[in-house]
Amino acid sequence: MMNKIWASFIIVGIVYGIISGRCDLINEEIVASGKSTLDVFIVSFPLMVLWSGIMQIAKDAGLLDLLAKKMRPLFKIIFPELDENDEALSYIASNLTINMLGIHNASTPFGLKAMQCLQEKNKNKDTATRSMITFLVLNTSGVTLIATDILAIRMMYNSANPTELLFPTLLATITNTCLALLMDRFLYKRSKKHEN
Amino acid sequence: MKISNFFIPLLVLFILLYALFKKVNVYDSFVKGAKEGLGMSISIFPFLMAMIFGVNILLKSGIVNDIFTPLKPFLLKFSIPVEVLPLALTRPISGNASFVVMIDLIKKFGVDSTIGRIASIMQGATDTTIYVLSLYFGSVGITKTRYALKAGLFADFITFVMSLLLVSIFF
Repeated sequence: MMNKIWASFIIVGIVYGIISGRCDLINEEIVASGKSTLDVFIVSFPLMVLWSGIMQIAKDAGLLDLLAKKMRPLFKIIFPELDENDEALSYIASNLTINMLGIHNASTPFGLKAMQCLQEKNKNKDTATRSMITFLVLNTSGVTLIATDILAIRMMYNSANPTELLFPTLLATITNTCLALLMDRFLYKRSKKHEN
Repeated sequence: MKISNFFIPLLVLFILLYALFKKVNVYDSFVKGAKEGLGMSISIFPFLMAMIFGVNILLKSGIVNDIFTPLKPFLLKFSIPVEVLPLALTRPISGNASFVVMIDLIKKFGVDSTIGRIASIMQGATDTTIYVLSLYFGSVGITKTRYALKAGLFADFITFVMSLLLVSIFF
C-alpha cells in the first residue's frame, strides 16, 4: 500500500508540477526536502529519546501496567485477539492516554514499543496483524480530550471564547473513533471472508 | 499560555515521585530507556525522509488547490464551505501542512467565523493517517498493511462530516 501511495505522490507531484508550470518549485523541493527532514528530525529526535527514558521509569514503576489494567474491560472489546496481560496493551494504554492530552511527540515512543511487541508475535513479519490495524485506527482517529495545540492557536488569534470548541471537538473525535472501530471490524470480517 | 506547558511537568513529576515511592532506580531506568529510544529514532529516520519527500512534492505541485477550484459551484449547492476542502485533503497526509492551512484559514476568515471553527475542529479531532501508518508500520518492517488505510481515511472522512455538522448545530 505504502509503495503505491508514495510513488503516486511523487509521480503526480512532478508530472502536475511540470504541466502547471511549477517545475521550479518542485526542483526547489527536491533539493530542500533533505533539510526539511533533518529539521523535523532534530526537533523530534531528542524528545523521543527523552520520553523513552521517562517511559522506562514509568514502566519499571509498574505505572504502565496499572494503566493497562484500568483500561482492560475496554481493551477486551477492542482487541479480542490479545491476551489481557499482553505487554503491548500497557504500551497501547500509555500511548492513547498521552494522545488524549494532545502531547503527540511524547506518545510516539510508546506507540512504537507497542508495535514492536505486536510484531514479536506476528507470524508473517511483512503483513499487518488485526490488532496492529486496530491500534493504528485508534491512533489515527486521534482520540483527543483536549486539543492543546488548537486551544493555543485560538488564544493566540484572540478568540472571544477559545474553549468553546472543546466539547464539539470531543464529540467529533468520539464519533469518528467509534465509527472507525466499527469500520475496522467490518473490513476485518470482509478480509476474513475473502481468505476462506 | 499553553495548557500543555502545565501537563508535561506534572506528568514527569508524577512518574518520578511514583517510581521513587516504588523504590525504582530512576536514573538507571531513564538511561536504559533513552538508549532504546536512540535506536528507535535512528531507525525511523528513513521513513520520515521518504514521507516528507513524497508529501512535500505533492503539496508543492499545487494539485490539491487546483482540484477543488472547479468543484466549487457543485459543493456550494450542498452548503459546504469550499474553503475548508484543502484542509480536509491535507489533514490525512501531513500534520504540519494541515496546521499551516488551518492557520491560514483562521487568519483569513477570523478565529470565530464558521470556517475558523470548522478548521479548528477538523485539525483537533483527528490525527495524520498517512504519517502514523507509514511511521508505525515502517518501524517494524510491515509492508503489507491490508485494510489499514481504508479504515484510517474513513475516520478522517467522518471527522470532516462531523466538523461541518457540529458547527452548524452548535453555532
